[in-house]
Amino acid sequence: MTTATTTVTEPALEPLTIGARRFNSHLILGTGKYPDNETMTRALDASGCEVVTVAVRRDRLVNDKGESLLDAIDLGRYTILPNTAGCFSAEDAVRVARLGRDILEQLENPGASWVKLEVLGDKKTLLPDPSGTLEACRELVSDGFEVLCYSSDDPIAALRLQEAGATSVMPAGSPIGSGRGVCNPSNISLCLELLKQIDSRYPVIVDAGVGQSSDVSIAMELGADGVLMNTGVAHAGEPELMAHAMRHACLAGRQSYLAGRIQKRRYATASSPWEGNLAYIPGE
Amino acid sequence: MRITLNGHPADIPDGSTAEQLVESSGLASTVCAVEINKTLIPKSERAQRLIEEEDQIEIVTLVGGG
Repeated sequence: MTTATTTVTEPALEPLTIGARRFNSHLILGTGKYPDNETMTRALDASGCEVVTVAVRRDRLVNDKGESLLDAIDLGRYTILPNTAGCFSAEDAVRVARLGRDILEQLENPGASWVKLEVLGDKKTLLPDPSGTLEACRELVSDGFEVLCYSSDDPIAALRLQEAGATSVMPAGSPIGSGRGVCNPSNISLCLELLKQIDSRYPVIVDAGVGQSSDVSIAMELGADGVLMNTGVAHAGEPELMAHAMRHACLAGRQSYLAGRIQKRRYATASSPWEGNLAYIPGE
Repeated sequence: MRITLNGHPADIPDGSTAEQLVESSGLASTVCAVEINKTLIPKSERAQRLIEEEDQIEIVTLVGGG
């Protein structure tokens, strides 16, 4: 017995536009915390992402095969986005950003002028320091960087970063690695409204806290342009499979947003017509 | 002379250049960035840049991160 197959065609999504760059994928994945490089490589591939984040550190961290991250990342395929993770001051974040840029210029990777700016306020929560982030953003923008700013979900903090010249503002869904998804969709929605009030195409990427694929869909359904995640994939039971899920969820969320959801109603509206109904209807 | 390299005290020969320090650190085969006293030293300048006593030096590379 053969099973009939049908081909479903669907409209292509517009690309994710960040500054002068355009990407088909609306996901950005981190490269940290994977059990090994092969798992990371397969997960990145499964996600369909085109941008990956990296950290800048002193030691050449190598696995038991003597491989470092740069040995495992296909630099021709991925645009590298260096972060300033672990910095608690604007001064340190600016230093790290410049070091990251220098390395990417040597690698001739298109991410050389980018930075994912993080200025943290507290080691336990890893929440961003709003004043330090703003100070670093201003300095890096004046130094020619395209700054993608990790931010809290406070709409005014996000707006100030945009006003300071950030190429993208990336509000956190919940604390880094917490897996709690989008904890405050109201705030994310307000962030989107304020950040897009002048230019609706200004890229807003929900960053941090993704735990499962529905978190990605929720972010995209709110109207986010993309989602950035690391732990949610790297520490999943099966990272490659989770990366597939994230890819589907991102597409689904974006399609749902663009399609336009129905309004929420207090009461039901029947899907089948009342006219021609042969059944007894109580009360009528 | 005594310097601080990646947060640790180190003794290096007088007259060392930044490039020589990178090579002796074992990171020469990796793409890395160098900072002396919190100022980035581009790769093109490493061979000319002399290290001085008590310089604070960072030699960094890219690692996995989110």
